[in-house]
Amino acid sequence: MTIHLKYWKQDGPDVPGHFEEYTLNTVNEHMSFLEMLDVLNEELQLEGKDPVEFDYDCREGICGSCNLVINGQAHGPKAKVACCQLHMRNYKNGDKITIEPPRAAAFPIIKDLVVNRGAFDRIIEAGGYVSVKTGSAQEANAIPIEKEKSDAAFDYATCIGCGACVAACPNASASLFTGAKLAHLNHVPQGEVERSNRVVAMVDQMKEEGFGDCSNFAECEAVCPVGISISAIAEMRRDYMKAMFS
Amino acid sequence: MKLDSKIPEGPLEQKWSKYKKDMKLVAPNNKRKYEVIVVGTGLAGGAAAASMAELGYNVKSFCIQDSARRAHSIAAQGGINAAKNYPNDGDSIWGLFYDTIKGGDYRSREANVYRLAEVANEIIDQAVAQGVPFAREYSGLLANRSFGGAQVSRTFYARGQTGQQLLLGAYQAMMRQVHAGKIEYLPRHEMLDVVIIGGQARGIITRNLVTGEIKSWEADAVVLATGGYGNVFYLSTNAKNSNVTAAWRAHKKGALFANPCYVQVHPTCIPVSGDYQSKLTLMSESLRNDGRVWVPKKKGDDRHPNDIPEEDRFYYLEEKYPSFGNLVPRDVASRNAKIVCDEGLGVGETGLAVYLDFRDAIKRDGRETVEAKYGNLFDMYENIAGENPYERPMRIYPAVHYTMGGLWVDYNLMTNIPGLFATGEANFSDHGANRLGASALMQGLSDGYFVLPATIGNYLADVKPGTRHGTDHTAFVEAEKAAQENIDKLLSINGKRTIVDFHRTLGKIVWDKIGIARNKEDLESAIKEIQELREEFWANVYVPGEKNNYNKYLEFASRVADFFELAELMAKDALDREESCGCHLREEYQSEEGEAIRNDEDFSYVAAWEYKGINGELKEELHKENLEFEFVELKQRSYK
Repeated sequence: MTIHLKYWKQDGPDVPGHFEEYTLNTVNEHMSFLEMLDVLNEELQLEGKDPVEFDYDCREGICGSCNLVINGQAHGPKAKVACCQLHMRNYKNGDKITIEPPRAAAFPIIKDLVVNRGAFDRIIEAGGYVSVKTGSAQEANAIPIEKEKSDAAFDYATCIGCGACVAACPNASASLFTGAKLAHLNHVPQGEVERSNRVVAMVDQMKEEGFGDCSNFAECEAVCPVGISISAIAEMRRDYMKAMFS
Repeated sequence: MKLDSKIPEGPLEQKWSKYKKDMKLVAPNNKRKYEVIVVGTGLAGGAAAASMAELGYNVKSFCIQDSARRAHSIAAQGGINAAKNYPNDGDSIWGLFYDTIKGGDYRSREANVYRLAEVANEIIDQAVAQGVPFAREYSGLLANRSFGGAQVSRTFYARGQTGQQLLLGAYQAMMRQVHAGKIEYLPRHEMLDVVIIGGQARGIITRNLVTGEIKSWEADAVVLATGGYGNVFYLSTNAKNSNVTAAWRAHKKGALFANPCYVQVHPTCIPVSGDYQSKLTLMSESLRNDGRVWVPKKKGDDRHPNDIPEEDRFYYLEEKYPSFGNLVPRDVASRNAKIVCDEGLGVGETGLAVYLDFRDAIKRDGRETVEAKYGNLFDMYENIAGENPYERPMRIYPAVHYTMGGLWVDYNLMTNIPGLFATGEANFSDHGANRLGASALMQGLSDGYFVLPATIGNYLADVKPGTRHGTDHTAFVEAEKAAQENIDKLLSINGKRTIVDFHRTLGKIVWDKIGIARNKEDLESAIKEIQELREEFWANVYVPGEKNNYNKYLEFASRVADFFELAELMAKDALDREESCGCHLREEYQSEEGEAIRNDEDFSYVAAWEYKGINGELKEELHKENLEFEFVELKQRSYK
């Protein structure tokens, strides 16, 4: 099938970018979205043109590298998949597709569709862990955890750190990402000891990075490829207030 | 060259504990005077960086991804083995050791494998303490499941995302040390060379993947935790950026590369659909518990699979292996899929697929039960293949998944170059000729959390603290210059064929001739084809863009160039090994029924290759480390 593509080109964080257009006639329905971009890049190179840069690695929806905004939607039209798991059978012959990077002040553009998400690492660095040294752990079954709680912790721990939540948020907030890590660790007893310090450190770091605040649009939950619930944010705010007054 | 594996004396179960006691220690006030470089942030690298920083060493951690959390360990699905014996089903450290060494078809070291089995329990403790949400029973205690090649339930898991959860645990431990200032964290940096001064590894050369800057880094020891080389096949279940470059460049500086021909091919992957295909997706091995594998008996039977009656179906695994049936080990299942497809019985548009059919399971247990067990996998299949596996059998085909070969290391996980260590999939040490399911995560974390942080101290204790040569030393300057020249050369060729085109063509040669089944004639012709294609690559590749900017195709070009050389070594190694063992099947050495025949008399050794230069042909010298079996009896595997 034929797809009309419009994609963002930008040489670096401090230079202006622009859209370029290309009509690709060799798309088939079995291709993944990123394979369609591979084909685009092969054609561009054979025509002596500059390929478009985009981030990817595992291509099975788990590493969180890919983070394209497709026709205005983070990860495109299919719910609960990263764009590497989006297939061209979701499109039809003659469709127009616009591809942009996630746009947020805290995610400066490196090149074209590739952005710097180092801010996410720094939020984790501020406190997204249990401070246990290698070798100092007790016997694993010495800490029983209710199955429901453990399953709930998993539901938050499954965050892939792609940044779609930031891209979709009108305030470019990282609340869902930060809240998910907090909720994961708060739902298991191992995380309890550092609970107050952790929430303050991570929320403050999130603000320092230039992410906006949450105004309950819930766009983040709608685009999250692994379905993290926005209740993580409510819990984060409650904990933050509690920590401030204690 | 004499290969010394440095295996400690004594009874098997006391080797590691006694060795730990005997190792030299570095005093806490001296640890802060040492710099250690860790390349790679998967389970092996992330865990090592965190643990060494906790001990007090100054660590520099490099990865090619934009974040340490994205290393390919993240994609591991199934689980991690440990002989906790929580199910009370008779498991023991010995049992885990024995299954692992047998699963590897007796081509690994007893002492290493025993240590792995011993340390595994501590990994589970460590991960739980970090908050890793393993599956639990209603009692609140940890759940286990069974996996291939074992008769006990010893696999711990976190849904189908065990690798992700364990990696995030290691990543978070690492970020804690970044916060503490003990780790300097350098994502989007690729190692291009290792620097050796006075016979010791003293640093690395990197390229900053955002700015293109080539830079030297000095240290007292270098750890390569850079993963496997499955992407030499172009199509594999590896992440797209996984590569052999760090290990290969170390090899070219003198580190021995062991058993490169041992490559695991996973039997249940979604088949290739066309030339544009960029990677293959694994479907968990657990599907073979209920799915039945078959092909039509008649060639070219193009009826809808549901219209093919029972008498026209060939359930080849059930017929050939009545006692294990569809649950034979990975290598046996893969090989048989290839055999039926080579006979022209394969299905689908390409003829390179077999059916995995759940019709009978659905009839027997009901759709709901099947959905509860495999729902997420069925969804994944439908999403990729566009067919509903509840209504039509899945099409599956084997795909390259894991590489058992890698840099040769001794019991300390040190290569033959003092100060250069290799951990995780990047080394060759623990899986022999075939890795069992749920053992990769175990080995990565065993190396990273417990083995390397101990053994590296034994090495550093003999290095004078604060020894520095400076990055203006000629060894650094020359290595930087060579790295720069390689990049300039790739950009200057300006040929007609793209990098992907070359890589895909190389991958096809490697898959067809150094893949599931090998023979002398194919291997010899593979060597010639690889050499010819490599020559064309260096004359006719087109690398777009510039060097001082983010340029993914330039990264790929540099990695594909190394795959071209490795591929030739794989063929040489496969040619040298005139036996069949584990994943290495030489067609000349199989029984009349097509079963692998091992030759313990002549081939019970680790093949460790020494680089001797390249000039049209790759020159390598073979060194043999004989495998001594003191504690287990070697047997022919049978799954009939």
